[in-house]
Amino acid sequence: MKSEVLRRALAKTAAIAAGAMFAASAAHAAGITGAGSTFAYPIFARWAAAYHDGGGTEVNYQSIGSGAGIAQVKAKTVGFGASDMPLTVAELDKAGLVQFPAIIGGVVPVVHVEGVAAGALKLSGKLLADIYLGHVRSWNDPALVKLNPGVRLPAEPITVVRRSDGSGTTFIWTDYLSKASPEWKDSVGAATAVSWPEGVGGKGNEGVAAYVQRIKGSIGYVEYAYAKRNSMAFALVANREGMYVQPDIASFQAAASHADWKGAPGFHVIITDQPGKATWPIAGATFVLMHRTAADAAGAREALKFFDWSFHHGQKMAEELDYVPLPATVTAMIAAAWASGIRDAAGKPVWQ
Amino acid sequence: MPIDDVALGSGPRPIGGAAKPAPRTSPRRGSPSRWQDPLFEQTTRFFAVLVLVLLAGIVVALAVAAAPALERFGPAFFVTDVWNPVKLRFGALAPVYGTLVTSAIALVIGVPVSFGIALFLTEMCPAVLKRPLGTAVELLAAVPSIIYGMWGLFVFAPFFAGHIQPALTATLGRLWGVGALFQGTPIGIGMLAAGLILAVMIIPFIASVMRDVFEVVPPVLKESAYGIGCTTWEVVRHVVLPYARVGVVGGIMLGLGRALGETMAVTFVIGNAFRIHRSLFEPGNSIASALANEFNEASDPVHRASLIALGLVLFALTLVVLAASRVLIGHLARRAGTTT
Repeated sequence: MKSEVLRRALAKTAAIAAGAMFAASAAHAAGITGAGSTFAYPIFARWAAAYHDGGGTEVNYQSIGSGAGIAQVKAKTVGFGASDMPLTVAELDKAGLVQFPAIIGGVVPVVHVEGVAAGALKLSGKLLADIYLGHVRSWNDPALVKLNPGVRLPAEPITVVRRSDGSGTTFIWTDYLSKASPEWKDSVGAATAVSWPEGVGGKGNEGVAAYVQRIKGSIGYVEYAYAKRNSMAFALVANREGMYVQPDIASFQAAASHADWKGAPGFHVIITDQPGKATWPIAGATFVLMHRTAADAAGAREALKFFDWSFHHGQKMAEELDYVPLPATVTAMIAAAWASGIRDAAGKPVWQ
Repeated sequence: MPIDDVALGSGPRPIGGAAKPAPRTSPRRGSPSRWQDPLFEQTTRFFAVLVLVLLAGIVVALAVAAAPALERFGPAFFVTDVWNPVKLRFGALAPVYGTLVTSAIALVIGVPVSFGIALFLTEMCPAVLKRPLGTAVELLAAVPSIIYGMWGLFVFAPFFAGHIQPALTATLGRLWGVGALFQGTPIGIGMLAAGLILAVMIIPFIASVMRDVFEVVPPVLKESAYGIGCTTWEVVRHVVLPYARVGVVGGIMLGLGRALGETMAVTFVIGNAFRIHRSLFEPGNSIASALANEFNEASDPVHRASLIALGLVLFALTLVVLAASRVLIGHLARRAGTTT
């Protein structure tokens, strides 16, 4: 009978589906899972593929956003979380987490002004804040002209472009503006999304880039890798010593190595506006979050092995993707923090 | 509707016709129909109830998750236009305003155009063009919204900023009153651009529904009107529209529902600024695009709860629109019953 055939077919399908689900969950349990920052996704994925090819465990990283990554690691649904904004020591203590930086990136201002080439325009942090606050509204503003003798600036209005989605890039950018301008700090502040006094919002780096390339007289900010690959006209920003350095891997690494990682419990360092003559002032790190007491000690050890391997063998891959690997001084500190900070249920260190 | 019964001497019975089902012969013992019918009835009832359960579940989940924000801000949440994730002060007014204004722009432009498309296709189109044109309109409905967003940002916005916005400022912008709506730097993105993209997106929906309801107007009615010397417009105005008005309202509401909830395309072109401006050239924000933009990185519980509360507001808005359309359709149907 027809219905009999149908019933059998249904039963078979159900059995196959259940089997597939079981197989998937079994495979899942064997690997390392992580979730969070979309900024770090390309390099984590690259590292994971290379690590797996070299015989390491499979790493499954989902780029669901820093906020969601923090929530997931707190709920213990993933082995590690990744956030572009470091948690404070109080937050770490409360959730029982350790935190360490994994990769560095930089943010650069990009402009679209007729006749102004890449790297030709010089800005200071205070001036950037004034532009983003809406105090400086025209490209031929005296403050801009004074910093840029020899650059012909048109009498065009400035259109401010920023991210519309919550993002680590916005956090790095607004943190820098807060350090450069007390007014920005008081009236706007620093976060992954803020209450912007001015401007239009584009979704993602590509959204900001599209707006800047489209709107004459606009200024925006994107990740360094994005600006470089799309050869956008970036502007230079004075660092703490008043020097205008090129945004590149060396100047981001200078920012990372001048940062005071040692004096910061829980590696809570935001590497914007760091000292040093060769430092690019707007840099940031993606932080990995793990539990201090690992419920699954073997899994935690596997995750640490993956990061250890990435720190020692992944630098070149990072540079190929225009990320900045951590300086060796910092990775040594991180390994020491692992040894003292992460323990299994019996209190034995997971990493030695 | 007396005509329904005339042309149906032979051929299949129409759905919804007045014919009664044939009396069921009592099934033989052991025949499948003894248990199949009740089983079938229960299964379909289960599916229908499932929808209600899902809907109730969504409302409850939204309300529970939004509670922290609503408790903290109270009714002020709905009437303030501050959205500050740093200082954790949130109000829904700016995105609600943006949602309503962009949807209104979409309807103002989309409804007349859809009406024209549907009329041309049913009344005036040469038979050769009918199929290809109709299919083309339906294809527009199948384009994913992200494509509309990208097209809006990369193709439409530059053209809009270069040609249409300056022209609007020079013409409508000079008028007293409405002039303020068309001021500002022409950057090609903002509330008006979002409304126009939405109009393009809802036109295929409204147009194809209108075409379908215009097509079921009995030819006898139209031919009688033409026979007594009516012009095409008079036939449309006095025969087609009154006959099809319930369906027309339904189609418009379908389009409005889509415009209210559209996310990706709007995010690309609206400018995403939590502000209320008088000018339609300025960037604004809609509820759906605010959610899409901020949900991923909203780590603070109050921020997250406020976004969910925005979702609840959108849900309520959509519910009000749907309920209003039901009432309107009911009203129209009653009036149709008394006047014809």
